[in-house]
Amino acid sequence: MKTDKGSDTVPLFDGYRHGGFFCELTNDHGAKDNDAATVIRDRLAGMTSGVLTERARSAEAELYNLGITFTVYTERTSIDRILPFDLIPRVISNPEWVCLELGLRQRVTALNRFLSDIYQDQEIIRDGVIPADLVLKNPNFCRAMIGFRPASGTYIHICGTDIVRDDSGRFLVLEDNARTPSGVSYVIENRRMMRRCMPDLIADLDVAPVEEYGGNLRRILAEVAPEGISAPQIVLLSPGTYNSAYFEHVFLAREMGVPLVEGRDLRVLNDRVYMRTTAGLQPVHTIYRRIDDAFLDPEAFRPESMLGVPGLMRAYQAGHVTLANAVGTGVADDKAIYAYVPRMIRYYLGEEPVLENVETHICAEPEALAFTLDNIENLVVKPVGESGGYGMIIGPHATAAERDAFRDKLRDDPANYISQPVLRLSTSPTLCGSRVEARHVDLRPFTLTGKSSWVLPGALSRVAIREGSLVVNSSQGGGSKDTWVMAS
Amino acid sequence: MNGPVLLSRYAENMLWLARYMERIENLARLIDVNETFVRLRTVMNGWQCILDINTDSDTYFLRHEKINGREVLSFYVLDRDNPNSIISMALAARENARALRPIIPTEMWTHLNVFTNFVRDLTLADIAINHVSSLCARIKEGCQTHAGIMEGTLFRDQAWLFHQIGKHIERGDQITRLIDIKYQALLPEPAMTGSEIDASQWTAVLRSAAGYHAFRRLFPNDLTPASVVGFLLKSHGFPRSLATSLRQAHHAVHLLRSDYGFRDASEGLEHVENLRNLVTGVPTEEIILAGLHEFLDGVQDGLASTYNAIARTFWPFD
Repeated sequence: MKTDKGSDTVPLFDGYRHGGFFCELTNDHGAKDNDAATVIRDRLAGMTSGVLTERARSAEAELYNLGITFTVYTERTSIDRILPFDLIPRVISNPEWVCLELGLRQRVTALNRFLSDIYQDQEIIRDGVIPADLVLKNPNFCRAMIGFRPASGTYIHICGTDIVRDDSGRFLVLEDNARTPSGVSYVIENRRMMRRCMPDLIADLDVAPVEEYGGNLRRILAEVAPEGISAPQIVLLSPGTYNSAYFEHVFLAREMGVPLVEGRDLRVLNDRVYMRTTAGLQPVHTIYRRIDDAFLDPEAFRPESMLGVPGLMRAYQAGHVTLANAVGTGVADDKAIYAYVPRMIRYYLGEEPVLENVETHICAEPEALAFTLDNIENLVVKPVGESGGYGMIIGPHATAAERDAFRDKLRDDPANYISQPVLRLSTSPTLCGSRVEARHVDLRPFTLTGKSSWVLPGALSRVAIREGSLVVNSSQGGGSKDTWVMAS
Repeated sequence: MNGPVLLSRYAENMLWLARYMERIENLARLIDVNETFVRLRTVMNGWQCILDINTDSDTYFLRHEKINGREVLSFYVLDRDNPNSIISMALAARENARALRPIIPTEMWTHLNVFTNFVRDLTLADIAINHVSSLCARIKEGCQTHAGIMEGTLFRDQAWLFHQIGKHIERGDQITRLIDIKYQALLPEPAMTGSEIDASQWTAVLRSAAGYHAFRRLFPNDLTPASVVGFLLKSHGFPRSLATSLRQAHHAVHLLRSDYGFRDASEGLEHVENLRNLVTGVPTEEIILAGLHEFLDGVQDGLASTYNAIARTFWPFD
């Protein structure tokens, strides 16, 4: 099979260059010689690329056979693809993690306070911290939620926070995912795979376990069940087997030991939710839903939705069922609101943010607008209402004419834009073919909140497989790595 | 003894997963024995009979003009437009299993995944006539592995019972079709009954059902249509006989009622009991005299009624 005998026997890190970016494994973190990253680096350095390539091949075969796949549909067939998995872990030292964990709790707490506020008293708007229009005219602001208080006042039960690391090694929040964040199943499956494929790498290291996620998820979902229910029936509501994240839905339902239901399995009678079982209709109390707001209930939202449950919103508003996450959380993870999260933290908690945002200029503010207009060639300017990169300009890649045209748009409607410097994501050594090369990574930790918050000591590290690429999304060829959070 | 609740949809998927796997195994057996018949060269209608048994002639002639081994094999193994092909059924089994993943063992899902990928990768070269027998053997093995993993790992609650019901309804249905292939299609002329050709054809039928040696032990000197048909329909020891399948299906439905308290299971139970009476009540010779094909049709109808009763009771919503 292998033709390049020479490179098979080359030690892994020979010729490795991180190209001036912050490297997650080889940069000096200011730690001592015996820290985990050093140990891991030394152990890896003792392996050859041939050994690693062989192990990678068997890992991918196993993922494929296990059906840990997402499905790509074409006109006639469906193809099951695995998320490319890299065997070189990304390491986070214990002091780094302690800080991340603190920052994540703080941020999620502020976001929950914000949602509770804007759907009830709207003090943050009255106090002039956030412009009213940004919230009340936001397409993700859900009128049906006004005046309704969900159990325990928690809106974002499951939060996935996208974090990047800049050249100086600082962790910065790029995005909050407060609707139905996915990816946590890969965190746990990647660890299982690493224990099987790289037992010699992880041996004796004090890596924090990630296997407790399912138990904690179940616990917080029980905590937020409607009051007076002693043994709540929890279910996970999935769009079904054709959803690209179906594997994760199965995984989480199994880890929690709860039924995985689809909309057609549920029925609302007298504002109460039931599931159809062989023993007839059985009551349901907490729904971890992996369906977007718009598809949840054809009576309340999109009437054509076949995925949802007619009457679910009525049951929710009557307090007979808890939805996690709550309806209407999208307004909190919106790009426009994102820029205000540091101010939110100061406003609600009276604390300085532990985790900073990526430097963001809110063009609605005159100074920020002036700065953006003057520096557009070095900035990324994004419209706040759009997602998926539509309507944005990447200054350094645009022509002078494009920049001028964009300046006009900015002056016409400054409130619709934010600007950020072009990101320089950190890199991590990654097996590419038979060589180890630097590839950009991000980090998505998961925070669970019932009556209080818990952060999974681990995270999804997504890696951009293409050289130089900053796109880590699985739909665009991104892969993942196991993230080793050191417990000591 | 209630155990965890079971979604109606899971019960339905479980029953169909079992049915598809059983049907795949039986189709492999049928193809295998049919290929043997064709090689006997005494058979006039060769590959036609397999289409007749499965009442697939109409579907087949939509896209084929004539009957030959290569095209019929392709139709039954590779053709995704034929819902009764091995590939279509493997994919259907996997879709059921995909929906069931929250409650089935990982080993079971992994095996089905590997099995489906194997079937999906088959090409025309794999169904070349000299490979058919070994291909059928591999497919049978895949189904038997599924059965083994089920037996060894699936949690024994009501979900298991629905799997059992699906498996035995399907197996019962399939044995009637296997008998029919011999009786209906292969030997249109009663005059040949008892001839050497007749004997070798019955032997092939027994072999395809993995019953030849057991039959020989039971009837060392008596290979007649009545003895073979009687064995395949009524033997209590033979695992693929109709009587055994009905007994197992009966047991599973009965447990749903007794152990899980599903009183409505009675309707399905009644249908199985009627079938058991039908099979034990009349001697084989009389069945043959009165018309075996009609009898087998009646059994197939009874099994369909049993399925419908179970569906009405346990997933009545659609």
